[in-house]
Amino acid sequence: MCQVGEDYGDPVPEGPPPPRPGRELRCVKCKDGLPVVVIRAGDAFCRDCFRAFYVHKFRAVLGKNRLIFPGEKVLLAWSGGPSSSSMVWQVLEGLSRDSAKRLRFVPGVVYVDEGAACGQSWENRAKTLAEVKLILRSFGFPWHIVALEEVFTLPPSVLRCSAQEPVGTEGTYKVAVDSFLQQQHTVGSSPSPTQQEEQLSQPCTQDPQDPAGPPPAAHIEALSRLFDSVKTLTAKEELLQTLRGHLLLHVARTHGYSKVMTGDSCTRLAIKLMTSLALGRGAFLAWDTGFSDERHGDVVVVRPMREHTLKEVAFYNRLFAVPSIFTPAIDTKAPEKASIHRLMEGFLLRLQAQFPSTVSTVYRTSEKLVKAPRDGCAAGPRCLLCMCSLDVDTADSATAFGAQTQDFSQTQPPTPLAEAGAAPMPCCSAEVGRAQKCCQSTLLCRSHLWILCHLTSWLRPSSAAKGPRRISRSIWLRTVTRRCTPLGAEPGATPKQEGKDGQAACDCINKNIFN
Amino acid sequence: MPAPQCSSCHAARAALRRPRSGQALCGACFCTAFEAEVLHTVQAGRLLPPGAVVAVGASGGKDSTVLAHVLRELAPRLGVSLRLVAVDEGIGGYRDAALAAVRRQAALWDLPLTVVAYADLFGGWTMDAVARSTAGSGRSRACCTFCGVLRRRALEEGARLVGATHIVTGHNADDMAETVLMNFLRGDAGRLARGGGLGSRGEGGALPRCRPLQLASQKEVVLYAHFRRLDYFSEECVYAPEAFRGHARHLLKLLEAARPSAALDLVHSAERLALAPAARPPPPGACSRCGALASRALCQACALLDGLQRGRPRLAIGKGRDEEGPPPPRRDPRSAPGPAAAAAAAAGECGAACEGRCAQASV
Repeated sequence: MCQVGEDYGDPVPEGPPPPRPGRELRCVKCKDGLPVVVIRAGDAFCRDCFRAFYVHKFRAVLGKNRLIFPGEKVLLAWSGGPSSSSMVWQVLEGLSRDSAKRLRFVPGVVYVDEGAACGQSWENRAKTLAEVKLILRSFGFPWHIVALEEVFTLPPSVLRCSAQEPVGTEGTYKVAVDSFLQQQHTVGSSPSPTQQEEQLSQPCTQDPQDPAGPPPAAHIEALSRLFDSVKTLTAKEELLQTLRGHLLLHVARTHGYSKVMTGDSCTRLAIKLMTSLALGRGAFLAWDTGFSDERHGDVVVVRPMREHTLKEVAFYNRLFAVPSIFTPAIDTKAPEKASIHRLMEGFLLRLQAQFPSTVSTVYRTSEKLVKAPRDGCAAGPRCLLCMCSLDVDTADSATAFGAQTQDFSQTQPPTPLAEAGAAPMPCCSAEVGRAQKCCQSTLLCRSHLWILCHLTSWLRPSSAAKGPRRISRSIWLRTVTRRCTPLGAEPGATPKQEGKDGQAACDCINKNIFN
Repeated sequence: MPAPQCSSCHAARAALRRPRSGQALCGACFCTAFEAEVLHTVQAGRLLPPGAVVAVGASGGKDSTVLAHVLRELAPRLGVSLRLVAVDEGIGGYRDAALAAVRRQAALWDLPLTVVAYADLFGGWTMDAVARSTAGSGRSRACCTFCGVLRRRALEEGARLVGATHIVTGHNADDMAETVLMNFLRGDAGRLARGGGLGSRGEGGALPRCRPLQLASQKEVVLYAHFRRLDYFSEECVYAPEAFRGHARHLLKLLEAARPSAALDLVHSAERLALAPAARPPPPGACSRCGALASRALCQACALLDGLQRGRPRLAIGKGRDEEGPPPPRRDPRSAPGPAAAAAAAAGECGAACEGRCAQASV
């Protein structure tokens, strides 16, 4: 390479090579249009065919599962990001279609303002909220904006699983469709679009849930303290997810929505699946990532975007100018090693670049999971925070759970938790070990013990600040221990049993955390 | 900053912080706790009944060395007798040194050692010969596929030779966690459905196998070997390839850095995974040639050997593996190669014959 006059050949042309003459690429569907996007390896779609493909997928997921009944109120959980924006757009388009193909449910949109958890000032949040409202108005659906601070005023019912059996069999769906059509017929011969509009515009005329000003300062401070007390980003994300889920559930219940749609894409679900796996939530993977999630009983979470990859979503949003906004999330600008969520995301997306079927393989595997507990694992009481059947073993069993709870090195009785909590703890795992011991009575699943352990310092009332902490403490206590009071008959547990478990949980939490 | 005090004896300085609980322990207390935990795993899981003759798969590496040492310490309390079984794969420049380590251990601990060689068991096929035979196929990782399947068979033969009633292998929590991650990335629902336990009870005439170290993380295994000053062999096999497991291993290390208990969390997930009945594999039958456990007409070891004899070494791997069964579903030619295809060969290291009980090739 150092010889004079060596022939280096032509310089490598920059950018993509020009298309070969004579074999111009055409859309794989219509064989005619000029392709604008390549989705999978070699599948070039023109604009119209891509749109049809995308819309069909969305409708096919809904049609295949037959969970959303005509006329049902459905809450669209919109975060402003690409996937949920695309989902709202699909619903918007689906409702404005010709009668035969029109979606027939009644949507509403909810936006959860998580600015406080991400450390944003109220000015920034107000600016974002103004943008959010602009887009929400353009959708034309009834909308609700809730701030994350409202978790402090949540009623205890969010921690309760409604006894109502979810309906969803083939027969009931047909009956529902028939009765809906009949009802429409009797209402009048006028074509349904006007009726639909009426239905839609009617709630719109009412002033939607519009928070006039910022939430109470005490709540804002309590929330930021709560998130500050959680040391790792992994636990922060889990906590945020839990609180967000409770808020969505609450909004849906108070406004009579029986379904909540979330915009989890195929890529996101694959990442979530692997993350949950690494967090020890193996027993709940089907609940966490399946199409429908009936754990709350009366409100069912559905994930209609689960067949769309992030790439498809991004191109669709760009090609058809779907409005979305960017809001910094809790992990924005965090280094990749900061949390298990970020690690898993980076890993899967890198692997996907190398092996283009990674995401779909993981996603397909998730479809083979079932919600019933594995053979030999009895369905016990449910976790207070995620409503899943507890996945804890007895402390002396030969399992991973048993291995983490037994303590052979401890010759003396364990030190009080208060002492351990004061020590610097990068991961709180010492407390987890101890908390797991009483896990069976605290009614928390294994993965959520982490959150509880992180919160011990936050919950301890002896520290300096009194005011806001006192408030938040009492409310969190209420939130976590609310289920400890007897709730009456619930499927699978007699009231007496429930009360006993609850009392034990209360005692355990009090003894370990508030002593 | 000086190390904190050992939280158990409160006398010595702590030498490590345990990944599972965050506890700071000194070396002596850690070793005591480690042994107690293995004892508890064996007893609570009813892995080795009193009176069992246990064949320890010994490779000379850290895991099997620690396993043999711990079980030797615990043998009087468990009431079992130990035999070391080492497999000589016939890999020049690698196996000889590892086997020397095993011989040193056997002499030091006064345990009977039996070495079974691929060359004797499989009609003269050593791994070096297999490697030469598969060299033309362009994929070096095929070596691990053969080696893993054949070693499983060899260990079974060796255990029968010494009259053992149980086989134990040294797989640790990290190995299991990698396997779970890998099976998900490959979409292997069958292995996910079978995996999770501490071993198999030995259905179909096979010897019961178990992994007493499955709940101990790799870090702890290495530290135990360090504190007990065990002499083990730590070199990578000359055929060790860029296998798919490498991705999972790398990921696990990152996860452990973010949350030290990640490996045990993954093992917990694997124990609790619930798969649809359709995804569970049918109960295995017996190989028509050797009578070993097999999910097809021929067990994987016989199928691989068959392919080698006929000069078509890749016959039982990947696309051609279902020669006797129905043709494999045709992949969409447009779809790019996935990790499933790319990893099939590497994953075959615990091939069909193993029924998911060997989490990893290295014994």
